[in-house]
Amino acid sequence: MAGFGRRKFWWRIASHLLLIPFLVFALFPFYHMALTSLKTDRELYDRNAVPLLIRQGPTLEHYTKLLWETAFLTWTKNSLLITILATALSVVVGTLAAYALARLRFFGVSSFGTGIFVTYLVPTSLLFLPLAQVVNWLGLADSKWALVVTYPTFLVPFCTWLLLGYFRTVPKEIEECAMLDGCNRLQTLVRILLPVAVPGVICAALFAFTLSWNEFLYALVFVSPAELKTMTVGVISELIRGDIYYWGGLMAGACVGSLPIVIAYVFFLDYYVSGLTAGAVK
Amino acid sequence: MAVGGIRVATASPRAGLTGRVRELFDREGVLGPLFVTPALIILLLLVAYPFAMALYFALSNAFIGRPSHLVGLRNFINLWDSDAFRQTFQNAFVFTGIAVAFKVVLGISLALLLNQQLWFKRMIRGAVLLPWVIPTALSTLGWWWMFNSLYSVVNWTGIALGIMDPPGPNWLGQKYYAMAAVVTVNVWRGLPFFAITILAGLVAIPKELYEAAEADGAGAVSRFWYVTLPLLKGVLAIVVLFSTIFTFSDFNIVYVLTHGGPINSTHLFATLARQIGLETGRIGEGAAISLYLFPVLVLVVWAQLRFVRKQAY
Repeated sequence: MAGFGRRKFWWRIASHLLLIPFLVFALFPFYHMALTSLKTDRELYDRNAVPLLIRQGPTLEHYTKLLWETAFLTWTKNSLLITILATALSVVVGTLAAYALARLRFFGVSSFGTGIFVTYLVPTSLLFLPLAQVVNWLGLADSKWALVVTYPTFLVPFCTWLLLGYFRTVPKEIEECAMLDGCNRLQTLVRILLPVAVPGVICAALFAFTLSWNEFLYALVFVSPAELKTMTVGVISELIRGDIYYWGGLMAGACVGSLPIVIAYVFFLDYYVSGLTAGAVK
Repeated sequence: MAVGGIRVATASPRAGLTGRVRELFDREGVLGPLFVTPALIILLLLVAYPFAMALYFALSNAFIGRPSHLVGLRNFINLWDSDAFRQTFQNAFVFTGIAVAFKVVLGISLALLLNQQLWFKRMIRGAVLLPWVIPTALSTLGWWWMFNSLYSVVNWTGIALGIMDPPGPNWLGQKYYAMAAVVTVNVWRGLPFFAITILAGLVAIPKELYEAAEADGAGAVSRFWYVTLPLLKGVLAIVVLFSTIFTFSDFNIVYVLTHGGPINSTHLFATLARQIGLETGRIGEGAAISLYLFPVLVLVVWAQLRFVRKQAY
């Protein structure tokens, strides 16, 4: 038995060693981005310097330039506003739809369910050209509302699908008891089902937040004035000027722009893991 | 929940209405349609309607700011005369095929490793998942810098390790290298989804099956081949179908990394559709290019509904 335990121990070590290449692959780009954003220009463009380390001292110069000399803060504000509104809207709409799908029987419910599932699989790049026209007709072109209104096209199916999975795991009997005690359906949803499904709601909100913060194509196509752009589009299209790239500033933008997601990620890692698997597998 | 709140207010008896209204709203046949209406409006106005428009555009000679009329299938046919489109068509399959294959193989390997007894399980899982949550456009910017023609850290490392001859490949300036770079970034960003989802599938396999197989004298390889892989088939099918549609329709990575270049060698349907539809204004042709994504979507949806989610609806 001792030999068996030792074999297990060595296998454990081997697993860790085999994981190292995967971890380097996953994390190196972030390390390099952060490193670049902290280097002085002199070191960045010195072709004899070692790119993996900072030798000539770190600097915050790129960050101060990014924050005070570009519209970065405006883009961040736009992104936050759009993300929060689109997320709130989608979670509410998704919750109602998921409740109806999970608990109510009515005409057309199954076609609606299929419709939600199919829409869930529609990539944004399939419809962005006609959608730009719809946004135009709604009078929302070149405004933040264009994105608040269009992001739910992929967020609502996602939230609905995710919450449907959670709702189905909650036994119906609890709600039936509450209804016998005189609760109406809305009350059972708000007072019984939602409190039990809180992890699902957090998960849906978290994913909606991440997906809208990261969205790029719609934000690129529907909004052109520089001061209305979202953070991702602002960094990509406004910080890159001509043939001269300000790599330090670009990487600083990429780092700060990822920060809200990283913060959410550190606090809610387990929700990300469960949402990722639930979204696909349930 | 605000929407629900408003409904309660209107349905409450305080405006002189009796409990009958409240009862009406409690009926499944009334409450159900009411609850799905907001979602339905979004789906109809912003998904179904644009889809109908996409069909119309694709069948017309629509041009930004000009009246259009129907031209039949001319856009779809004319596209085949364009080198850029033929190249894009080929790219889409090469890109998706190679990227998904890598993601499957690496994803299974990574999931198997993550399923072992590990010391920092949570931290390792967190690190592995990170590329998937960071905004793709921004992380691709980081890769762009890593593949820079003058200061590529990839080449620097390759040269330092003696794998590459200085100065190393010009990643984004040469045809095949550019495709390799785009595939690499897609694999990097998509691998966590594969690994974590397959891991969930692995965890669900009962331990007893492995013990039984071991008792029958099965080695590690045959246990993987005859126990793990068959039981993973369902999860693998879902992951591959999902990934196929989203890899096929990828926009961000190509747009940021290569803009479709050099000479269209990395263009995908989405990036070409944007270029044709918006930069040159030929919306009809752009919509037709986007619609080439549609058969793949149909195939994936059909497969999902038919094989994977038999009992869904």
